[in-house]
Formats: sequence, C-alpha cells, structure tokens
Amino acid sequence: MANSLLVETIASVIASAAPLVFAGVGETITEKVGITNLSLDGSILLSAMAGFAAAMLSGSLLVGVITAMLVGALVAGIVATGSIALRQDQVAVGFVLTVLCTALSSFLGKPYVRVPGPSMPHLPIPYLADIPVIGPIFFNHDLLVYLSYVVIFGTVFLFNRTQLGLRLRAVGERPEAAFARGINVNRYRYLFTCLGGALVGLGGATFSLSVKLGWSYQHTAGFGWIALAIVIFGGWNPLRVALGAYLFGALNSLASILQPAFPTVPTQVFQTAPFAFMILTLLIMNGDVLERLPRGSRWLRKLLQGQAPAGLGKRFQSD
Amino acid sequence: MFIELENIHKHFGRVHANAGISLTVPEGRIMGLLGENGAGKTTLAKILSGYQTHDAGTIYLDGKQASFRSPAEAIRAGIGMLHQDPLDVPALSVLENFELGGLQSGLRKSRASAARLQELCKRFGFSLDADAAVSSLTIGERQQLEIVRLLDQGVQVLILDEPTTGISSPQKVLLFRTLHRLASEGISIIFVSHKLDEVEQLCSSVTVLRRGQVAGSLESPFSPADLVLLMFGKALDITERPDVPLGDSLVELRDGTIRTYRLTMDHLTLELRAGEVVGLAGLEGSGQQLLMRACAGIQPLAGGTLAIAGQDMTRKNYREFARLGVRFVPAARLEEGLISGMSIREHYALIDPNQGNVIAWGNAQTQAAEKISEYNIVGSPDSLVQALSGGNQQRLLLAMLPEKLALLILEHPTRGLDIGSSRWIWEHLLERRLQGTAILFTSTDLDELVKYSDRVIVFSGGMMSAPTPASQVTSESLGYMIGGNLR
Ligand SMILES: Nc1ncnc2c1ncn2[C@@H]1O[C@H](COP(=O)(O)OP(=O)(O)O)[C@@H](O)[C@H]1O
Ligand SMILES: [Mg+2]
Repeated sequence: MANSLLVETIASVIASAAPLVFAGVGETITEKVGITNLSLDGSILLSAMAGFAAAMLSGSLLVGVITAMLVGALVAGIVATGSIALRQDQVAVGFVLTVLCTALSSFLGKPYVRVPGPSMPHLPIPYLADIPVIGPIFFNHDLLVYLSYVVIFGTVFLFNRTQLGLRLRAVGERPEAAFARGINVNRYRYLFTCLGGALVGLGGATFSLSVKLGWSYQHTAGFGWIALAIVIFGGWNPLRVALGAYLFGALNSLASILQPAFPTVPTQVFQTAPFAFMILTLLIMNGDVLERLPRGSRWLRKLLQGQAPAGLGKRFQSD
Repeated sequence: MFIELENIHKHFGRVHANAGISLTVPEGRIMGLLGENGAGKTTLAKILSGYQTHDAGTIYLDGKQASFRSPAEAIRAGIGMLHQDPLDVPALSVLENFELGGLQSGLRKSRASAARLQELCKRFGFSLDADAAVSSLTIGERQQLEIVRLLDQGVQVLILDEPTTGISSPQKVLLFRTLHRLASEGISIIFVSHKLDEVEQLCSSVTVLRRGQVAGSLESPFSPADLVLLMFGKALDITERPDVPLGDSLVELRDGTIRTYRLTMDHLTLELRAGEVVGLAGLEGSGQQLLMRACAGIQPLAGGTLAIAGQDMTRKNYREFARLGVRFVPAARLEEGLISGMSIREHYALIDPNQGNVIAWGNAQTQAAEKISEYNIVGSPDSLVQALSGGNQQRLLLAMLPEKLALLILEHPTRGLDIGSSRWIWEHLLERRLQGTAILFTSTDLDELVKYSDRVIVFSGGMMSAPTPASQVTSESLGYMIGGNLR
C-alpha cells in the first residue's frame, strides 16, 4: 500500500512539474542562442490567462494552447527586437515586460477569475500505462504532460544531433565566429528566442488547463523566477534543467506531506524549505562531484555539466 | 587561384587604415604581407576574407570582379582566413567546430565528419582529439583546427594573420612545413607578419605595407636590411647592449617547492643579482610562469625559502613584495595588467599613492599627459586602454611602474610587438638596469632571450636547467633544451 502511495506521489510530481519543464527548457533554448528573456514571470501569467480564456471562449483546448504559445512567443519577440533592432538592454526590457504582463494579466483576466472552465482530459496511454510502477508514474497523465517529455528529449536532440542545434549553440557562444561560418546570427536569435518564448507560453497554458486549473489574480506568480533560476542552476543543459524542475516539484510535495506531521513548526518553513534545498542540491551538483566521477563516465559528465553561453547578452553586429 | 587587389581603401573614422592598396597574390606560393603594428595588414586581410567591407577599390579573382558581404561568401569563393586570435567557438568540441559552417542541414553527420577530420590531421601530422573541448587546446592546436576546417571547406587561398604569435616552436616548425606543403599542392598562402626572420624563412615573395600603403614588393631571397628599409622607411641601428656591473645578490630562492593542480616543481634554486637580466625559456606551462609568480609573491611556495634584498619573504604577500620594489608585468595585458573600460587618466588616478578619497583629477591628468609623451604612447589621457594597440598598452604598463625598482618580472614583454616597438621596450628595460634593477622575463622568441639576457634558464615539464651565461647558448641549443634535453 505504501508502495502505491509513493508511486502516486511521484506521478503527481511529474505532472505538476510540467509547466516548469516547459518554461525552463524554453528559456534554456532562448539563452543558448544568446538572449536572456527575463520576462518569464509576467509572460507565464499572461499566457496562462490568455490560454484559459481562449479555450473557454472557443470551446477548444487546442485554440487555448496555441493562443498561450503565441502570447509567449510575442513577449519573447519583443525582448529580441528590443535587444537586436533597438539595441536596448535585455535585462531592462525583460523587467519592464514582467511588470507589464503581470498587470495586463490581472486587468484582462478579470472576467475569468474563478470561473469554471475547460481542462485537459485525463488520457492514460494504452498498454504503456499498464506497466507496473513506470506506467502509473509516466503514462497516466494528460497530453500536455506527455508533450513535456517530447520537449525535453526533443531539445536534447536538437542541441546535440542536428546542424541547426550546433549552429544555435555557436551563435550563443561566439556570435562573431558563427557569423564567420556563414550563420545569420540575428535571424537565429529572433527565431529561437521566439521558439523558447512559445514554450514558456505553453508552460502558462499547462498551469491553467492542467495543473492549477482556471484563473485567479497572480495565478502563477513566482514560477517564472523559479524557472529562470533552474536554467542557471541547470547549467543551460535541457536535461538537467528538467531534472531541476522535477526536483523542485518533489521538494514541494515533500514539504506538503511533512507539514501535517510537525504541527509546531510554522508553515512558512515548509513553504520555503524547497528553495533552500534546491540551492543546496544544485550547489553540490555544480561542485566537485562532477570532477570526481571516474574516467569511464565521461559521457555522464558531458551529459550533466554546463556553463553559461559565453555570448549571452552580447549584442552582435557585423561590420 | 590568382588574386588581384586594386586600389583598396578603408577608413575607420579619421584613420585611413588602407589607403589605396594594389597587389597581386601569386597562385600556389607563399606571399608575405609584412609591416609594423598598425600598418593596415589585418584590415586588408579582413577585407579580402569578407570579414570587413572596403570603402573603395576592387577585388579580382582569376580576373573576375568579386565582392563579399560575409566571410561565408569569401569561403564559398575559396578564400579563408585564420585570425590572429583564433575565431572559433571555445565551448564546443573540436569535432563540433569542424562541422560548423559546413553548409549541410538536418542531422549532424558526425561520423563522416570525424573521419574527414582524422584524415586531414593525419595528412599534416596534427594530433587533435575530436572530443576535446576547444577551450582546452593551445593556440597552436586551435590554429591547426582552423586550417583543417578551412581546407575541408575547399578553400584555395589561405590567409594567416600573425600565426606564430603565441605558439610553441615545434608547433611553428609544423605550421611552416604545412604551409610549404599546401603551397606545393597549389594553394595560395598569404602570410601576414611583422617578423622579418619568419618572412625571410618562409615566403617566396613579400609585399610590405607602411601606413596603409604598399611600400614595395620583393622576390626571395630578401635581405633583412631591404625589408627594414621598406617597413620603416629608414634603416634601424642595432641596439647596443651596454654591460653594467652586477650588484649584490638580490633574490635568493633555496630548495623551493611550488605545487599546483597541474604541476609540482621542487628543489628550485635561483640567485639573481642587482642589475642582472635572466631570461626564462620553455614551452608554455613548463613552470617558468610559476617561478616568476613565486618571485613576485603571487604564487605561494609550498616549501623552501625565498629572500629578497636580504629579507625573508617566504610567506609574504604581493603587497610586501611590492613594498620592496618588486613588480610583475603579466602577458595578458588587458586581462591582468590594465583595466579594460578605463582611460589612461583613470589608471593614473588609481595607482597614484598621493590621491586621497576625493580624486584630484587635475593631478591624474597631468601625470597621464606627462607619461604619454615620455613613453611615446599613441593616445590621450582620455583614451580607453582597450583601444590602444598592443605596443602602446605595453608602453603604458611600463610607464605605470615606479621609477625605482629592485626586481622587475615580465611575461612576454614584446609579444605581438613589431621590431620598432620591441627595441624601444628593451632600450627602456636595459636602462633600468643602471639603477640596479634586476629583470626576470620569459619569451618564446629565442633570439630575444639570447640577445638581452645575462643568463638563461630553460624549463621543461616543471624541471629547471642550471642558469647558463647567454654568451654560451644559441637559439639552436636553446631549442634543443626546450625539447626536454636539459642536461
Ligand atoms: N575596427 C577598428 N576601428 C577603428 N580603428 C581600427 C579598427 N581596426 C583597425 N583600426 C586602425 O587601423 C589601423 C590599421 O590597423 P591594422 O589593420 O590592425 O594594422 P596591423 O594589422 O598592420 O597591425 C590602426 O591604426 C588601427 O588602430
Ligand atoms: Mg594585425
């Protein structure tokens, strides 16, 4: 019995981490190409609201999801344009957009506050869901959760196995060298900033349509900042970023399980503990542990290590 | 491929970097492009390789007019360039860098690329690990990677901008052999340099640039005197190295041990007398940097004793060394020596011990202006240090040193400088000996070591040779010792 409780808990962690996975991996793509989209907290709110509203008004979940992705891509597009075409500071533009999108979500979202609306239907995958342990953990969710797996592995594949991914990394690391190799640096930056933004928007939709259903003021506030932190702690490595999102989800649910057992401890301790643990764990991960791995595990080290793209935030213009 | 340049002009603001350059590049030969720092060589190379646009003039490839809007277009036309600072992506692996820029799409064909990489490396005797991160390679290896990458892209013309700066002597030998071989296979090489001896040794023809214009072209064999005349417009007299009587013992290192995660050196012994110049030779990372840093108080000793001017300095920090008149001038001028983003005046405000909490900008301005004229620095007190040329950055570093010093430690004092600037630097350094300043320096230029040192010490893999009087070594015998034969 205890076993099935554990499986259930892990399954709920997997599902509830999906929005953070989308947002974290999306931001990873954006930063890998050399742009910081700091507006995440605002754009997740706005896209969560827009996705929910669109799904409700149109009666189509697909329309909702696509609307949210467009909103995310649009906000990211503004960051890219501000930085590339208008030569403004990415951090400043990102901050202003955070505030703007947060306010917009509250204002435009007024009619939808606490209104019951559509949600993603539960959809166990036939056969796979019946595998013991693995099935209930991974294959007993809704479509968006499955899509989050696709996004994780798709991004790893994109970065490591495709020409496009190789070039996008070159653009983020050393734009001058990428330019010298015939890559249109700014076109790549627009394209992948918007793609990353669309994934952030998808994260927003996953909140309002799957994980934290519906809409209320500040519905997802705070998660954008967490996603940004996970990207950094995750070393700009999509797999590690996803692990970070799951770790955060696990710490969160651990806190809510433990809370009733220690009634004398203030609840704030349990609410903040995941953040502290997160930092601790990731510090260990980033520290000497990787250096001490045995020689044969080179692939493992390669999989896990990460560093900020050297060209992050560097403006590029050819002369 | 046969290249003709006609009347190329390029302005940067008020600087006329290329002022009507016309020249031809013969096919399948090595052409030298010689000129002092700032002559306009890099600018011309970047124009020819599509990295910079020119303001006026025409490029003809095999008689047909060509214009490139990007380096990629130049590569497609068959012209590739190796930049002075290799223009690769350090965070990616060797193989990834090799693959980049191939015009494929879709999935990476890593296996096929790795095979081509290996085949090219084998052909030229390069040993590059396909999986290694480029950031872990030496400059010489990064250069080799760029060469095979460009050849893989099918270039017919290879431009190399000052390729021998910062590479080891075996790498230089290999590079020259590779260039000869490529030329014999029909590839045209443009070898950009300010070093006479390299051009003499390698090139079959040379075009000399002076202040953005062609000063003249010569066919091999050239005489150094002719080249100097074309480069500077006048003959340079040979610097004399006046002998100064050596003073008392100044530095005494006994049985020292230095331990870093890379290298352990023990039983280090060094004696240096006032007014003495000691040159340290060896491949990068053989221990000479560690010894210098230990003598400057930057690298702590793990064992042994170090005394300077009779005082025990074994566990002292750099401040206390500095109080005794010890100074260290690092090779990384902008990273460790100067503060990028600050002007010359701001540097003087920073180093002046008489400045109070509220900066007296007037004093800083006066000091900066005085030193600028005294040290012939091309710049003004407002100039940002990163905008100065390498030679002027080095002059500024020397200008910022106190008048009187006990020990001056320099890493690669003339790296990247042309003969005119190098001579100026050495005249200045040799003059300091008259006040009893001892000088400890490293260089990859063996002639420089032989010419300016009283004694030379060779390093190899953390081992240190006995100091040898410079009169008893030649650049050949040094090269042999650097290869690991310390005797
Ligand atoms: N991007 C640039 N902006 C402004 N001035 C430049 C730039 N590049 C080169 N210059 C100036 O043009 C002149 C020629 O420089 P360069 O071609 O680098 O000379 P060389 O390679 O022969 O040392 C120098 O005075 C240099 O300061
Ligand atoms: Mg140059």
